[in-house]
Amino acid sequence: MPVDKTTVAKIARLARIYISDERQQVLATELNGILSWVDELNEVNTDNVEPLASVTGHSLPMREDVVTDGDRIDEVLANVPETTSGFFVVPKVVE
Amino acid sequence: MLDILELGAVEARAALDSGEISAVELASAYVAAAEETAGLNNYVALTADHALEMAAASDARIAKGEAGLLEGVPIGVKDLFCTAGYISTACSNILTGFIPTYESTVTANLWREGGVMLGKLNCDEFAMGSANETSAYGPAINPWQAADGADLVPGGSSGGSASAVAARSALLATGTDTGGSIRQPAAFCGVVGLKPTYGRCSRWGIVAFASSLDQAGPFSRNVADNALMMQAMAGFDPKDSTSADVPLQDLSAAVTLGVKGMKIGIPSEYVLDGMDPEVVKIWQQGQDWLRAAGAELVDISLPHTKYALPAYYIIAPAEASSNLARYDGVRYGKRVESESLDEMYALTRAEGFGEEVQRRIMIGTYVLSAGYYDAYYLKAQRVRRLIRNDFDTAFETVDAILTPATPSAAFPIGRKVDDPVTNFLNDVFTVPANLAGLPGMAVPAGMNGDGLPLGLQLLARPYDEATLYAAGQVLEDAAGFTANPIRRAGGVQ
Repeated sequence: MPVDKTTVAKIARLARIYISDERQQVLATELNGILSWVDELNEVNTDNVEPLASVTGHSLPMREDVVTDGDRIDEVLANVPETTSGFFVVPKVVE
Repeated sequence: MLDILELGAVEARAALDSGEISAVELASAYVAAAEETAGLNNYVALTADHALEMAAASDARIAKGEAGLLEGVPIGVKDLFCTAGYISTACSNILTGFIPTYESTVTANLWREGGVMLGKLNCDEFAMGSANETSAYGPAINPWQAADGADLVPGGSSGGSASAVAARSALLATGTDTGGSIRQPAAFCGVVGLKPTYGRCSRWGIVAFASSLDQAGPFSRNVADNALMMQAMAGFDPKDSTSADVPLQDLSAAVTLGVKGMKIGIPSEYVLDGMDPEVVKIWQQGQDWLRAAGAELVDISLPHTKYALPAYYIIAPAEASSNLARYDGVRYGKRVESESLDEMYALTRAEGFGEEVQRRIMIGTYVLSAGYYDAYYLKAQRVRRLIRNDFDTAFETVDAILTPATPSAAFPIGRKVDDPVTNFLNDVFTVPANLAGLPGMAVPAGMNGDGLPLGLQLLARPYDEATLYAAGQVLEDAAGFTANPIRRAGGVQ
């Protein structure tokens, strides 16, 4: 079993999701089920096979590095949970 | 008397142009139908006033002879699309109250061609699910009912879209398809759904799930209507770096081309152990129909098919965990207050995301974490290339591929499943096209013994949607699928 409760706690910390103590055990079982199923992939010989990250067949387009949009503070802040003086507000991070 | 709700989109366009009906009349009928069938929970927001205003503007343009492709046609929008000034939540609590200040490219294209927005449609939370049961708004219901009267799932993730089009509470609807989220619900609800080639429809302004797989596409009640909608919504968009600058074929013309001389592949790997015999039968029926219409059937092999689902369930959660990192309670959406920033993030995301979304973020974070990236993520991407290679080889000899759309008909809401992997199997026939970036279409082909629709799936080469419309129309004509679900509200007939 690759994933134990401690691993779940570590992943939850990386993913920034609070997961209660009881649910950590449930998730460990579920993740192990999924991971042992995807282990099927190890049956496939992928030596010398390049990973496929994009199916488009074209490379990403380039454009001039110039400003094409902006000056929309009101729109950017239209859905903000908390704002002051045109800024996003977060809990204090530096004492 | 003319039942205005039974007109297809192409027929409605003709009736609008001839003055037989008005756009306001059509929009009013759909708004009333949506209100009557509110119990199906397929709308999460009905924008009736806006629909009537847009319809009035359509009537004015029709009078001036300036009608667009979809002028006056009422369309429902999956809640995954951002619609300026109207709530867009991806059916997640973390986006409660989110009202975008911008419009997705796909919906903007529809409105530019005169489409009338009816409202926002239910879907699985962040499009993660195959039954529309993970929605923060509760499940959408299939207008088709089980023989014992039980409520059935409409499929997912675009469950509200398929349900509304089938229930005649939307004439057309948008969906998105990351692993089958258009084709599977289309099959469950007896409607036509297209997943275009990756890159055909802009992803700009659509809430991202797995960016290398996500594609928007149309839902309709027949193949010709689907072609009309696709023609309007697709197109190159510089705002999406993966948008394809490849000219769109004349899809409405393609509908009349037929399949004479077309080579259609039948993949042996799509025969599963213990497959529903009614699904096997309808697949055989589809082959007979195509052969009778002049197509040549060819046995093909797609040897890596069985590895598509496990590869998908690494790649999609990995991309999702990255995409969903933006929901942090700082810039938009829900925030759970706390003294510390880190705790604010963790509590906001714990309360805002549902169980399935959390599970997928956790898998994605795990497979991308140090020490596992090569073993899981890169391995899955290598297998992804082999799956694409299988299709490339097949398309050297065939023009299209015919498969079942789903391994079963729609199943009851709340079906208990102990193991998340069992739910994933719904997408066994649809996921390979997403991994390979191919266009795929689900067409209703018949009914099973319980009176529920079954669909067939057609796949084609990249950018060759025209072949799907040509073959899809042949299947539609042969199947003569005209049955309607019982329109009903609140689970009461």
